[in-house]
Amino acid sequence: MGREVSESCVDSLLIEMVSTYCNRFYANKSELAARRIEAIGYQVGHQLSERYTMERPRFGDHLEAIKFICKDFWSELFKKQIDNLKTNHRGTFVLQDNRFRWLARLSIDQTSENEGASQDPSENKAMQAMSMYLYFPCGIIRGALSNLGIPCAVSADMSNLPACSFVVRIKA
Amino acid sequence: MPPAGPRSGDAIFASIERVNAELFTLTYGAIVRQLLTDLEEVEEVNKQLDQMGYNIGIRLIDEFLAKSNVSRCVDFKETAEVIAKVGFKMFLGVTASVTNWDADGTCCSIVLEDNPLVDFVELPDTCQGLYYCNILSGVIRGALEMVSMKTEVTWLRDMLRGDDAYELQVKLLKQVPEEYPYKDDE
Repeated sequence: MGREVSESCVDSLLIEMVSTYCNRFYANKSELAARRIEAIGYQVGHQLSERYTMERPRFGDHLEAIKFICKDFWSELFKKQIDNLKTNHRGTFVLQDNRFRWLARLSIDQTSENEGASQDPSENKAMQAMSMYLYFPCGIIRGALSNLGIPCAVSADMSNLPACSFVVRIKA
Repeated sequence: MPPAGPRSGDAIFASIERVNAELFTLTYGAIVRQLLTDLEEVEEVNKQLDQMGYNIGIRLIDEFLAKSNVSRCVDFKETAEVIAKVGFKMFLGVTASVTNWDADGTCCSIVLEDNPLVDFVELPDTCQGLYYCNILSGVIRGALEMVSMKTEVTWLRDMLRGDDAYELQVKLLKQVPEEYPYKDDE
């Protein structure tokens, strides 16, 4: 087992990174904030997959690389594997984590919500705040795959919380 | 049940949830790198890292107090020891030492020989003036402020700048008397 730090170090860093970019640097430009957070994730994923594949033979095809992300890569980061992998066999893969660690303990600050607001907009706002946290792991997956020679786009779907799905679309 | 005494840093670190340090180290590195790209000025990056640390420190102190069971420190000397022996250990898994006390016991150095933040890190020449670990000084300042101590924390030695250890000078500026929210009960 390599070196470890307390989980709260990583949690604190992620919370503070998202808050720095969303609330301080780009308060009303969430798209810009999202792009920066994704870029940070990309960098991390790129470096981690370099390290974790050092002693492995080359992956034969896309599916093999995706399976590596689901099993070994995910286990290194979250001490569990991706729970479900689906593909349409045409370059789209859906990786589902039934209890995604970085969302599991997130709660939404209700004080800024409008009291009289209807259910929907407030839920949207909560979803928006949570989606900011997901740009980071999306970036990590895209960075990891791109380091393995697979250019792709990665988005997240959290319609079944606390489960979270990452949709990988490989660029032809 | 007898009242539980303070726990050692090792015991706490062994019992809490831990994660792969590489993820932490590389994430911090990627954040510093992105800040350098976005802010351009090294001085501004130092400032933002300190601010991020401060914001983390004012929250992390709660977890520290809840998990460590330490009771009120009698003086600043004890506070510094607790930060070095318990604080650093329970979060980063490393132990620091406290040295270089001034005569009136309000200024000391916390020395780190092992620092997970800088694994794999080398600074290019363009980053002269960057305090890469500035988030740490912010965390200490923020955490101490929550327990009524205003401090000034500065880097005296930095291995990324060629020194033989990391040395943080912690200077107690003033101890703010605690104010209880009595008014709420009137």
